[in-house]
Amino acid sequence: MGKGIKMSINYSDRIPNNVNLSSDRSLQRALEHWQPRFLDWWSEMGPGGYSGSDAYLRTAVGVNAKDWASYGYVKMPDYRWGIFLADPVENRTIGFGDNYGKPVWQKVPGELRTQFRRIIVTQGDTEPASVEQQRLLGLTCPSLYDLRNLFQVNVEEGRHLWAMVYLLHAYFGRDGREEAEELLERHSGDLDNPRILGTFNQPITDWLSFFMFTYFTDRDGKFQLKSLAESAFDPLSRTCRFMLTEEAHHMFVGETGLSRVIKRTLQVMKQVGTDDPDAIRAEGAIDLQTFQKYLNFWYSSSLDLFGAEESSNAAFAFANGIKGRSDEAQYRDHLEVNSLLKVESHQGIREIPTRNAMNEVLRASYSQDCSIGLKRWNRLIARSNIDFEICLPSTKFNRNIGFWREVDTDPKGTQVSRNLFDKKREEWLPSESDHDFISNLMQRVVEPGKIAGWLAPPERGIDNKGLEYEYVRTQ
Amino acid sequence: MKNTASLEVPDLVTYDTSPSKYCHWKLSIENHIATLSMDVTEGKGFSPGYELKLNSYDLGVDIELYDALNRIRFEHPTVKCVVITSSKEKMFCSGANIYMLGKASHSAKVNFCKFTNETRNGMEDSSLHEGLKFLAAINGTVAGGGYELALACDKILMIDDRSSSVSLPEVPLLGVLPGTGGLTRIVDKRKVRKDHADVFCSLPEGFRATRAKKWNLVDEICKPKQFLAKTHVMAKDLVEASNRDSSRTEGVRLEKLNRAIDENGYHYNQVKVSIDKDKRVAFITVYGPETCPSENLEEIMAEGCSWWLLELARELDDAILLLRTNNLDIGVWVIKTEGAASNVMAIDQFVLDNINNWFVRSTIGFLRRTLARLEVSARSLFAIVDSRSCFAGTLTELLLAADRSYMLCPEEPSTDAPTVQLSKVNFGLYPMINDLSRIDSRFCEDQVKVSLAEKNCGQMLSAKDAESLGLVTFIPDELDWDEEIRLALEERVSISPDALTGMEANLRFSGKENTATRVFGRLSAWQNWIFNRPNAVGPAGALKTFGTGKKPEYKWERV
Repeated sequence: MGKGIKMSINYSDRIPNNVNLSSDRSLQRALEHWQPRFLDWWSEMGPGGYSGSDAYLRTAVGVNAKDWASYGYVKMPDYRWGIFLADPVENRTIGFGDNYGKPVWQKVPGELRTQFRRIIVTQGDTEPASVEQQRLLGLTCPSLYDLRNLFQVNVEEGRHLWAMVYLLHAYFGRDGREEAEELLERHSGDLDNPRILGTFNQPITDWLSFFMFTYFTDRDGKFQLKSLAESAFDPLSRTCRFMLTEEAHHMFVGETGLSRVIKRTLQVMKQVGTDDPDAIRAEGAIDLQTFQKYLNFWYSSSLDLFGAEESSNAAFAFANGIKGRSDEAQYRDHLEVNSLLKVESHQGIREIPTRNAMNEVLRASYSQDCSIGLKRWNRLIARSNIDFEICLPSTKFNRNIGFWREVDTDPKGTQVSRNLFDKKREEWLPSESDHDFISNLMQRVVEPGKIAGWLAPPERGIDNKGLEYEYVRTQ
Repeated sequence: MKNTASLEVPDLVTYDTSPSKYCHWKLSIENHIATLSMDVTEGKGFSPGYELKLNSYDLGVDIELYDALNRIRFEHPTVKCVVITSSKEKMFCSGANIYMLGKASHSAKVNFCKFTNETRNGMEDSSLHEGLKFLAAINGTVAGGGYELALACDKILMIDDRSSSVSLPEVPLLGVLPGTGGLTRIVDKRKVRKDHADVFCSLPEGFRATRAKKWNLVDEICKPKQFLAKTHVMAKDLVEASNRDSSRTEGVRLEKLNRAIDENGYHYNQVKVSIDKDKRVAFITVYGPETCPSENLEEIMAEGCSWWLLELARELDDAILLLRTNNLDIGVWVIKTEGAASNVMAIDQFVLDNINNWFVRSTIGFLRRTLARLEVSARSLFAIVDSRSCFAGTLTELLLAADRSYMLCPEEPSTDAPTVQLSKVNFGLYPMINDLSRIDSRFCEDQVKVSLAEKNCGQMLSAKDAESLGLVTFIPDELDWDEEIRLALEERVSISPDALTGMEANLRFSGKENTATRVFGRLSAWQNWIFNRPNAVGPAGALKTFGTGKKPEYKWERV
């Protein structure tokens, strides 16, 4: 497998799936129209510079343990994007909201069509957006191993787009098909036709940002998927459950990537015997201060993706079974009819109906999940006897959505004047010169087994292959 | 009138009656003049709990009036003028029964007023289109709805006996409006100056005959001794003014409808209504003529009320009334047709060839008023055009009346792909209550679009053609069909019924206003608001305190 896929009528071969595509004429028709457009989009907006290269990629050809990760060389345009739903849970009932305990829905209820469509479109829009954001990263890859990981993330974002498009095609009729087309017509950073969420319109031009993105922003994706996996609309739930298995790899790329940055920095610090950032930079590594600033930026902008602390949309989505909390089963009350939640705002503690505070609940779970990697990194730093701690900034810091957009705070969350914030901005967030430094550091390394100087090699390769393996055959 | 034949639906309200069952009206015919004399039986209210004193009326009285009018239209072709008068001494009609209104639920009040309005509008419609003229011979005191009935007539004669008065006491006495045309017709139709109208409508005791004549609230007044003679003279004049073809003396009997009612809906010969209570949707299927219709006028007349077009009109009319009255929570009516379009087109041609025949003319009138009834119904109307449909000519009016439509557009060309056809009847034979054809109204009187549609008269229009001409809303193919329609219906029934009623009533009638549109769009809408307000229906509201001697307690805030 992995050789150029022949266009044929054999749907299960051309589009691996477990949704009976070969007998679903309606879905075939929709995909026949959409797939060529997707391929056009991929060649125009997908990873630049490597369309003829063979990449050693994982392709899902089924949902069981044996099939979901089958490896082989493939040219990316020939990647077999498939459609998979996690296996159904027998007798599944709705786990939250006003319809708690009733059987889940196999079709979209007409009265919730618009809301479901909007949430699927918003989720779907982020997938191609991130491919677009990352399209030039391949040109500055630090190693073939990392290049391959980038491509794996890209094709899987592509597959996640397919997953959302499947839902639109299968359950939303003509409207759904139109929305699926528009997912390919909006482009990241296109002023006339931007992606839906602001963050997804900023290009990602360096690998430190890419690792930050996969650690922080893809983790937002993970939590959105976890809360949608609770949905009363069963096909959405099953789709998201399968996407989560792939999303885990993206987190892995982020977490190990950032670990390797730190590891390399610590090696350099040991070599030069100083913690002076300029000396570390001079040796071609990324000083921990700059690392912290990038983290501050990516964490705070990812927090915004959860939406406002108090949200009527969130209340509607919870009440109507559209979107639950991540791991809903862990909560005692699945109705939250009259309960209140204390939420800190810039004007003191506010009691918000829990249903309206669902964004904040999800954000809190996310923050906790983010902190896990930091513990690991700080252990690495401590083991090197260096007095530095990587910290998650306060959730109040540098926010553009919700209560905290109204005020400026330092990274610890203490309110500061706008003046002070502006003065300190370059200490807290990446500056022009930081960007220039990072951007100059990014030099393409494509010799098998070699790696850029700012990054430590990974602990192991992919699919039990060694580090010397030619993960991407560039020409 | 209360049909308890069906065990499943014991409280079902029907609109069935016939002259032998009348309790409240006397109908007599003499040559070209029919006299409808109101003689309300006090103890025969439609619902328990009130007495119909002083020739006051309720739904039951109005059902008889509606039946009597239809019988005059069909069973008595010689009639050119209908005289409406009273059999009571010194009392023409005191209007709608206030105790009834005080007890009725909001929906019952709204439904009652709507039907009453439709009956009165129907009189004006028959006068305009069929040459059937009306004279109100007010032989005693007339108040409220009684005067509104008179206002719907072509001429009003009032007795001048120094005691009888004419009034619209709703506003000052009852805290509601004269809501069945009163406020609209005195200014629109009778051209009463607005300051005079203001005085008249806020004066509970109203005016005696002389002032009434002076301010043009009535056309003529007359002393008691000459009253009958004067009535006859005025009726004769209206007979002269009538263009109703009365060359034929034998009418067409309106037989009892062939109708079965069960828990699934209402079943007639040409119309089937199946109700899905869980989905809150009624599917109304109208069947086209089974065979190619006769082109012979005599044969058609012999078919009488079983002639397809009349049977369809009567059955659809009855179905609308039953659904409106008995199935309040069925929010969407899905309109379908079944049969051969060619047969419908043949009927249309026959109708156009015999347009001056009184029977054809009366039948068109019945259907015109039924379509108007459909459009003022507070229900969402979706039309579905599938491979069994026969939306052609006359039946295309149903498609055009719908709020939106779905037409199946098969992916591959197929012989049973549905078509839609227009015929000449779609361009003026069935004006809406705003006087526009449905095509004109649909295209907001854009003559380019209207004439493009007219050029396609007679063509079997495919879904794509129909869509590009603007005749249908959506044309899903068979793969999308079921799901599109399921989603559309589920979505529709989930929306606030009140907001939908308001929205639909606003969107259905584009363009200019006339008396009828103002009656439904302004008068009824305000009345229905007032009917919901504590000042009218609260414990101390005017409708509740009426007759108790207690003064109503109003909340003085003006809204």
